[in-house]
Amino acid sequence: MRRVYDFHGGIHPAENKHQSVRSGIRSAGVPAQLILPLSQHIGAAARPVVTVGDYVLKGQVIAEAAGHVSATLHAPSSGRISGIEDRPIPHPSGLPAPCIVIDCDQQDLWTPHQGVADYRDCDASELLELISSAGIAGMGGAGFPTAVKLMGKPGRSVKTLIINGTECEPYITADDILMRERAADILEGVAILQHILQPEETLLGLEDNKPEAIAALREAAASASHVEIVTFPTKYPSGGEKQLIEILTGKQVPAGGLPGDIGIVCQNVGTAVAVRDAVIYGRPLISRITTVTGDAVATPQNFEVLLGTPMQHLLDLAGLQPERCERLVMGGPMMGFTVTNPQAPIVKTTNCILAPTTAELPPPPPAQPCIRCGLCAEACPASLLPQQLFWFAQGKEFEKLEQHNLFDCIECGACSWVCPSHIPLVQYYRASKADILQQRRDHAKSEQARERFEARQTRLAQEDEEREAKRAARKAAAEKRTQLATQEGGEDPIQAAIDRAKAKKAAQQAGTGTEPAAAASALDTLRQKLEKAEQRLAQSHASGEDAKIVAALEASAERLRGKLTEAESAASEAGAS
Amino acid sequence: MSLMRISSPHAHGTFSTGMVMRQVLLATVPGLFLLTLFFGFGTLVNVAWACIVGLACEALALSLRGRSLAFYLKDGSALVTCVLLGIALPPYSPWWLIAVGVASSILMAKQLYGGLGYNPFNPAMVGYVVLLISFPLQMSSWAPPRGLGDVPGLWEALQACFLPAQYDGLTMATPLDILRQNQGLLMEDLWAQSPQLGRWAGVGWEWVNLAFLAGGLWLLYRRIFTWHAPVAMLASLSLMAALFYDGGSSSSGGSPVFHLLSGATMFGAFFIITDPVSSAVSVRGRLVFGALIGVLVYLIRVWGNYPDAIAFAVLIANFAAPFIDHYTQPRVYGHKQPKSPE
Repeated sequence: MRRVYDFHGGIHPAENKHQSVRSGIRSAGVPAQLILPLSQHIGAAARPVVTVGDYVLKGQVIAEAAGHVSATLHAPSSGRISGIEDRPIPHPSGLPAPCIVIDCDQQDLWTPHQGVADYRDCDASELLELISSAGIAGMGGAGFPTAVKLMGKPGRSVKTLIINGTECEPYITADDILMRERAADILEGVAILQHILQPEETLLGLEDNKPEAIAALREAAASASHVEIVTFPTKYPSGGEKQLIEILTGKQVPAGGLPGDIGIVCQNVGTAVAVRDAVIYGRPLISRITTVTGDAVATPQNFEVLLGTPMQHLLDLAGLQPERCERLVMGGPMMGFTVTNPQAPIVKTTNCILAPTTAELPPPPPAQPCIRCGLCAEACPASLLPQQLFWFAQGKEFEKLEQHNLFDCIECGACSWVCPSHIPLVQYYRASKADILQQRRDHAKSEQARERFEARQTRLAQEDEEREAKRAARKAAAEKRTQLATQEGGEDPIQAAIDRAKAKKAAQQAGTGTEPAAAASALDTLRQKLEKAEQRLAQSHASGEDAKIVAALEASAERLRGKLTEAESAASEAGAS
Repeated sequence: MSLMRISSPHAHGTFSTGMVMRQVLLATVPGLFLLTLFFGFGTLVNVAWACIVGLACEALALSLRGRSLAFYLKDGSALVTCVLLGIALPPYSPWWLIAVGVASSILMAKQLYGGLGYNPFNPAMVGYVVLLISFPLQMSSWAPPRGLGDVPGLWEALQACFLPAQYDGLTMATPLDILRQNQGLLMEDLWAQSPQLGRWAGVGWEWVNLAFLAGGLWLLYRRIFTWHAPVAMLASLSLMAALFYDGGSSSSGGSPVFHLLSGATMFGAFFIITDPVSSAVSVRGRLVFGALIGVLVYLIRVWGNYPDAIAFAVLIANFAAPFIDHYTQPRVYGHKQPKSPE
């Protein structure tokens, strides 16, 4: 016997499982209409690839996966697409969502399909591709795309593959009946999963309240001893992934991490069968086993039902007495949510439809004050302090809530179940989680807005700077140009004017005889001018120019001569003094 | 078919706060019976009168606060407070003393803080301490046990309560008083001199304590509370007594058995410190809480100046409870250790 571990807390609610296992799995047949929500899994909604009016065959793809974490959708039966529109779906919000509606022709004609000859000849990626294109998502309840889960993180090996047959929620027997009737199929599916993951060990865990299932699995496993069937005492919520891992291995999944981080992959027994059907027969996921139970139905039982079948169809088959039914729950009484429209369809994660009478599951009495009795803390499988979380949730103390690890709450409902004051604790935690997530989103948004504003401010400042720099550059270029022009002696009228003014001043100074050098140069200039004037006069005499011009030239030469004599005498005087 | 929209879980256990309170009341029966057997009808009259006054106070406060009387009176919490206070008070107390105590418990310690679930202090012990400080004489007179004096009947008990001026009952020092006032006698000699000390811890007291222990064990069996706080308190009290027993010398603080079976030890351990509202919440927290009370009880009994120590010890520990909670968060699934408190 393998050692099994215990987990903290847990409760023992009335099981109420016997009602629905009196008879075997019954086919629910093909309803008149199938309604297929585009989002039946965790991740992005699938993208329709058919249009209204198209005729589709059973198993034909009607919507393809949109992105990595998403799942393909197939027609569960043949018929004509009569609408792609919002319909009521089973969701806690109660809001309608986009669905593909098929009017079945009751022919149930298959599209051609074929499995692989021998999966052992295929490598893992090939099989994962098959599983992915079959649209398989976890059948236990969460509905995470199975291929993505099997892929894990690259380079990380799987030590333990755990097959979950626990089904700890009261009332639900879908996995139980599957294990009783199709144990061999489950083990075949497990063998495929083993081929993909190559784990060191494979454990199939289930509670000891299912002796028939245990016997059937043991018998089937006897011929193929690759799986160890492990049973453990019945306690809710031992079927939670984290709890089951602790029961079977004694290890805990690190907070905020995934089972893969400690070398473990968990798959539900129903998922194993779906994998088998997809790989060996090429059948996509178009049906599942769903328990219909509760005192408001005459014959509680399990149905093999096409996805998209309206719940009303199943309830009618099970003999619903509408006058006795005040609430309809998808899932079990601990974690299931109410469905307000029985036309909502069966989806990939619908393991149970519970139609209880008021006497069976009475509405909770009004809540009394919390007396901090601590029963909730004793029952909590995550070892939280629900009474403290409740206190902080009432006061909206988000920091305290996070410090008390609100986000490790798996919402199993054990605390609410034991609470003597009938406080809807889980509801407080859900609301607080939503508030905190909203706050985080708001914070991220305002942070983004702030960054954007700051980026704009920087950009504007940068533009200003650039403009300034350009202006400075233009100025510098202009100055440089001027400088260059002077150096090369080119025409610069201003500079020339300044030079002339300087020369004139110098000449005047020379005239006063204060500057001998300047005076000397002024004398030279006068001599040259006189020389030029005399030459000019001689030329005009020779060429016989106009008498007036000659007279003017003579007069100017005479004036120059006079100036020169005057200057020479002044210079000699200055030199003497 | 109109369908409800309602949040999970849809199934609920059958336990209720009223059931918790009723079981606590039931568990006081053996102790009440033995108190009556050894000390007469005084305690029963205390309890009955306290319940009448207590329900009136609770109803008054609820109607002033605009709450539903039927819904809140049904939870039985006021009755529990009143019964516990009635047991704690000396038998044959006058009516006004009980009324003041109950009014302090219900109006001040409970309703002023917001009613059931919001009181930081144990209401019964607040009432007790108010009386102990205000009326020390009345609070320290205890009737002699059967065998050492006449035990008054029901009529005398009613007279003592409602016509206190005309009642002249006997009182006698309790075993705890005798030990505290011991001057220079070895334990052996003290026991030989004082017939009230009985075999271990006082005539009558031993059996009363054992009866409350039995009631407490039944509550444990019914899982009304966990063993942590009572066991920690009894263990730390015994440890303190053993440390300071001093071989039975004249300065001894009394043996562990004496402390376990004397005064209100068992009543306190199983009926007072187990009040969940004002105690620490986690398992480790309750161990610390109980151990703290055990140590305080010993300190106050041996070196303090009051007839018994449970009330003060409990109130001091109530003060400490939020602090204890802050440092004793349990390790949550998947975490290495409890988040370090800031």
